[in-house]
Amino acid sequence: MSNDQVRNTILDSVRKNQPTSRSMPQIPYFGIDDTKDLVELFTQGVMRMAGAVIQDAIPDLDDFVHHRFPDAKVICSAVPECKGAIRPKELTHWPEASKTDVSIVRSPLGVAETGSVLLSDVELQINTIAFLSHDLVVLLDPDQIVQNIHNAYQHPYFKARPYSLLMTGPSGSGDIGGITVHPAQGVKTLTIVLAGVPH
Amino acid sequence: MASMTELVHDPVFSKPKALLSGVRGVQIVDFDRIDECCGFGGTFSVTEEAVAAKMGYDKLAFMQKASPDCIVSSDMSCLMHLQGCALRQKQDSISPYRRDLERSITMSPVNQARNAEAFLEDTVHEERLDKLLWLLRMRRDAAARQVPEWEELRTLASDIKEHTLTNLSDYLIEFEAQATANGVTVHWARDAHEHNQIVCDLLAERQISTLVKSKSMLTEECELRPFLETRNIRVTETDLGERIQQLDDQPPSHIVGPSIHKTTKDVANLFAKKYGSDPNNEDAAYLAGVMRENTRPEILNARAGMTGANFLIADTGGVIVATNEGNAELSAHTPSLHIVSAGIEKLVPNMESLAVFIRLLARSATGEAITQYTSTFRGPREGAAMHVILVDNGRSSRLGMERFWHSLKCIRCAACMNTCPVYRRSGGLSYGSTYMGPIGIIMMPTFDVRKYSELPFASILNGSCTNVCPVKIDIHEQIYGWREVMEEKGQIQTVKKQAMKIADKVLSNPTLYQIATTSMSTALDVLPHFAIYNRLNAWGKHRDVPEAASETFHEWYNNHRLKANEVLGL
Repeated sequence: MSNDQVRNTILDSVRKNQPTSRSMPQIPYFGIDDTKDLVELFTQGVMRMAGAVIQDAIPDLDDFVHHRFPDAKVICSAVPECKGAIRPKELTHWPEASKTDVSIVRSPLGVAETGSVLLSDVELQINTIAFLSHDLVVLLDPDQIVQNIHNAYQHPYFKARPYSLLMTGPSGSGDIGGITVHPAQGVKTLTIVLAGVPH
Repeated sequence: MASMTELVHDPVFSKPKALLSGVRGVQIVDFDRIDECCGFGGTFSVTEEAVAAKMGYDKLAFMQKASPDCIVSSDMSCLMHLQGCALRQKQDSISPYRRDLERSITMSPVNQARNAEAFLEDTVHEERLDKLLWLLRMRRDAAARQVPEWEELRTLASDIKEHTLTNLSDYLIEFEAQATANGVTVHWARDAHEHNQIVCDLLAERQISTLVKSKSMLTEECELRPFLETRNIRVTETDLGERIQQLDDQPPSHIVGPSIHKTTKDVANLFAKKYGSDPNNEDAAYLAGVMRENTRPEILNARAGMTGANFLIADTGGVIVATNEGNAELSAHTPSLHIVSAGIEKLVPNMESLAVFIRLLARSATGEAITQYTSTFRGPREGAAMHVILVDNGRSSRLGMERFWHSLKCIRCAACMNTCPVYRRSGGLSYGSTYMGPIGIIMMPTFDVRKYSELPFASILNGSCTNVCPVKIDIHEQIYGWREVMEEKGQIQTVKKQAMKIADKVLSNPTLYQIATTSMSTALDVLPHFAIYNRLNAWGKHRDVPEAASETFHEWYNNHRLKANEVLGL
């Protein structure tokens, strides 16, 4: 049976069996208390998931990365503020990102409720740098922190880009004895640097 | 005094507690797990006697820790159950679970009760699992309380799913069109075999013989791995827990934490055998490192990767995958072929709806606000391919089951499993099924009524599963519904049928009830020990039969209240 025939069989069966249509509810606006400091909430969220937030101004990002990761040899920078050793586009095959020790990328959006940052193929260029690098440094303009997941999913990337990710802390797992460990398969550390976009 | 704690923001008022608090000299002491069921559950206390008794002993232990002088309950059956456990506890200084038991035979109905009893014999694993899952339940409760609109979100999630499922054909067509426009190839599979064959063909066309995959309950349901392995395709699970289960040749025992029943010692021994690591190093971080070292080369060299889908977005053609490890992202992005397996019920209309589910999912599962990685895959990167297989495998038929279609709302968070007192004391493998715990009980009979005919009885119907379900599936009502189906289809074991028949007859007839209670009291006084404690009395395996009161309630009422009424001229 062809894919189209199978498709039509399934759709016929769904049409025959689906109960009487129920209406779609209106999703109200869920905001958080205006008095709450979004940067503070965001920071708490990141730390709860074993990530780190740097709030102090960093004059030289290359220096910062070298000091924070003294053993790192291959630094892959996807941002103009940091030279690094290589740019993502120099990785011709996506698995090659495993050779990078640290990747640096800018996020266009943070989420206070969860401590998440948005990353997409626009910023990452080679998506695997967010997973195969040992350590990940994400720059985020504190003015781009939104209240919650409802706000976050209004970002146009989710409707337009091939890949978008809400990332919250480094890779982790509780699969061995229920004990949370970092990392599992992804990055070992996640450092978020709060820094506006340079003019 | 027990009270419900799963429902957030609902004020809890206990009339008996308020009354007793007013009595001078009475101090009410709280104890751990105040809302845990005692395990009586009517016929459950004999049909699932091992789990029922273990629940009773656990309840008693929590109460004894608080050193009460007296245990009070408004439910006589709870008191009878706890008394039976307390009496046996006095005699046994060793665990009451010491018997060799056989595992159930595959072709006959899965005997969950017997498997659970075998699991209970191993106290190390059972106690650890119970504590761990209870901790997850507590974390879920705490996370829910942090969100003021929690109950509103649950209602919304339920309504969105019901809307989507009742308009599923339109949403499927919309998703297909959007995904295709994004450069994704959409396949349709009526059943597990068709699904597996599509995956196999996609690999064969490209001469691919290695596949990395992230955790997907649908691929477990379709038994994809054995299908591919017999066709010389090497499959490597990249989720830590799933890989542990693969190495140990066991199915997942929990839908979120597949190896949750294993101790660090179990994993250390397994990795030593399979990877040559240090068997004496039980440090979880060390063991996760061993896995990372051994799995990463497989990921880097794989030419195809598979993921499941937590949600499908109709109006964008998006595939949402949530993981903590980043393994789905690695499996999807590192190779140049990404295959997605998704059940047709995974649709939601748009990203606005998705936000509701994402806020509920991780909080319900682990108590975290979100998973580390929540990915939206909409299309392949340049030079790569993305395929989505939409799988029916009985779902469209279930949609037509008036009493059971709501189970299709499930978002696989496992909150119902973590809160279930039977699951926590049985272990997921005891269900002998892809989906286990309360959600498994209501899903598995749709695949095979005979094989899973016993599962609906592996529940105490305390309703906790329904109370924690983020999409408000009426789980315990459906469990009861499946019991009725099993009765109608003649799938109930004779022993269970007899127990229920007797209970039905006695409890529905006042005269019979009075004869039974009076004669039972006399019988317990005069019968020798062997006549009460034998294999015909399931109650007596792990508990004592409580001492009968000197008079029944009716006798007391007739002697006292009626006389009092006469005096008062009533």
